[in-house]
Amino acid sequence: MNATEVLTQQLIIGLSNGMIIALIALGYTMVYGLVELINFAHGDLFMLGGFCALTILGGLGLAPLPSASEIGSLSWWASFVLLFTLVPCFCGALNWLIDRLAYRPLRNAPRLVPLVSALGVSFILLNVGLFWGGLPMQAFDMGVSAASPKDFPQLVSNTNLLGESSFIVFSPKDLLVISATLSLLLVLVLVVTRTQFGRAMRAVAQNPVAARLVGIDVDRIISLTFVLGGALAGVASIIYALYNNTVFFQMGYRVGIDAFTAAVLGGIGNLVGSVIGGILIGLIRAMSDQYISTEWTNTIVFMLLIGVLVFRPAGLLGRATKEKV
Amino acid sequence: MKRAQIDMQLAALLGILAVVPIVDSVLPTALQVTPLMPPVLIFALVGLGLSVATGFTGLLHLGVAAFVAIGAYTFAIVTCSIYPFQIPWLCAVLLAGLVGMATGALLALPTMRLRGDYLAIVTLGFGEIVQDVLRNLDAITKGTQGINPLGGPTIVSFQAPLSTATRWYYLVLFILALVAFLMQRLLQSPTGRSWLALRDDELAASCMGVNPARTKLATFAVSAGLCAVAGALLASFLGSSGEPSNYDFQVSIMALSMVIVGGLGSIPGAILGAIIMVGINSIVLAKLADWLSNVSTGSSNVLLSPSNWKYMIFGLALVLMMRFKSEGLMPPRQSGGK
Repeated sequence: MNATEVLTQQLIIGLSNGMIIALIALGYTMVYGLVELINFAHGDLFMLGGFCALTILGGLGLAPLPSASEIGSLSWWASFVLLFTLVPCFCGALNWLIDRLAYRPLRNAPRLVPLVSALGVSFILLNVGLFWGGLPMQAFDMGVSAASPKDFPQLVSNTNLLGESSFIVFSPKDLLVISATLSLLLVLVLVVTRTQFGRAMRAVAQNPVAARLVGIDVDRIISLTFVLGGALAGVASIIYALYNNTVFFQMGYRVGIDAFTAAVLGGIGNLVGSVIGGILIGLIRAMSDQYISTEWTNTIVFMLLIGVLVFRPAGLLGRATKEKV
Repeated sequence: MKRAQIDMQLAALLGILAVVPIVDSVLPTALQVTPLMPPVLIFALVGLGLSVATGFTGLLHLGVAAFVAIGAYTFAIVTCSIYPFQIPWLCAVLLAGLVGMATGALLALPTMRLRGDYLAIVTLGFGEIVQDVLRNLDAITKGTQGINPLGGPTIVSFQAPLSTATRWYYLVLFILALVAFLMQRLLQSPTGRSWLALRDDELAASCMGVNPARTKLATFAVSAGLCAVAGALLASFLGSSGEPSNYDFQVSIMALSMVIVGGLGSIPGAILGAIIMVGINSIVLAKLADWLSNVSTGSSNVLLSPSNWKYMIFGLALVLMMRFKSEGLMPPRQSGGK
């Protein structure tokens, strides 16, 4: 492999991972834009989505490594359809419930109060994930301790689309990640810019009081945003699991922290910003893994974040808001 | 007299803590807590450190574990026999505090202009960076092995009528009481008042002549220094610096939940919160696990192991606390007219 090929390969890996991060970052940023809350539980919601997907596949009886004949079969297609409908529904509904029970009653409290509540919810979900991986509900590898990572079936093949002779690997997995996230982002852009709900959402983000005055049901919009953010986390969890073939109960923290960093890097509250932030983080991680050392990747990402915030305290695309007096 | 009331709470709390080993000595061994208490009190010190940043000055700090780690490793490096320094115990603890203060100030420099949530992510990131650095510099920090053995102060190794655990207990309690007292004095001083002013209204405070940058720097330094002292005590008590992942995000969150459950901005609250939260984690759950393993035989169901429920317990505690008593169990009295 020559230098250009190595670089291209890392760009592909970084882009795929960055897209997944971007999907999760959107959930953080949308909620933040409306209620100014860092939803710490979002990463753990993503993690539970992964276990939900694993349980569904276990119910369908797909083996950890489907044979070539199984790929493309009816049950293979069915599993895809089921995954991409049930998991987002599960995550969206769960996020709605969380908002209803843990955040909505605190809407008028000082800002630290819902934030701590979110930390609490994050812990509760983490514990649920710990048990979900370890109980008879688990789909595969029985008898493994609760905390160990679980294999996720290899539903999408790893074969190189560019031919076996090519040094650069671009597999159906990469294609799936990039095409699924791009189309989802397109849908999201359309929802936010073209629909009644999107307009209401932007209005609430701009000024909740004025939005209420013009007849927008603010609570409903916030609820729906939680559902939307949760569903995005659900899709992200399936894509993550299909791409990495593993789910583990701490993945909410690991991936969530990247997504959160991405949202802040792009300017939290800004949708485009968090997508750019996500892709940037993915690319930086890939480059650092390749050219520096995987051990220092986290450090480099955070150093960079601090560096960006020193010069642009509101993130790359965030607008610096003057404090209201 | 509002101020006197807080002093009463603090005095009562410390008084109760002072008689714990005495009550303990008449209890059956299974119920004794003194040997498990020093880490709880050390965590109360971390809670006081976090109180300075988050409680008094209103800066959301999610990376205090990093300063505990810095304190623990500094102490380990300057006292452990595998390194050439081996300075006296008290000097080492104070040095750990100073190094903590310096790094705290260093973290404050780039974060001066950041608003609340951005500050939170930077402190969180700093916590991750410190863990990574400790892990990667394993030539110095000995990686997952940790630096050991570490000694305690000469006070606790005397041959005296009290047991080592009891002497540790009183030593840490003394330090905690001293810090709590100094902090109460500090809050009445111009520095402390400028912290509270900055928390209540940064703009108004700066109009009154408070320099926000300098005040935040002082806050971060004092907060980090206290956490580092706590880290040094912890390493000395455990006899090892432990491994880098002992100082992860969970520890920072534990500290935050202590301070919040106790009452944000309240000195006795931080101590009470530490006793409740860390007490549940390292004493109640441990005792429960011991008891369960004695009663039931064989069955190793993950659901029956109490330590597997600890995230759930903390999570529920935080959510319910925020929902029904968000000001904490021992909220600070309002100072001045609002």
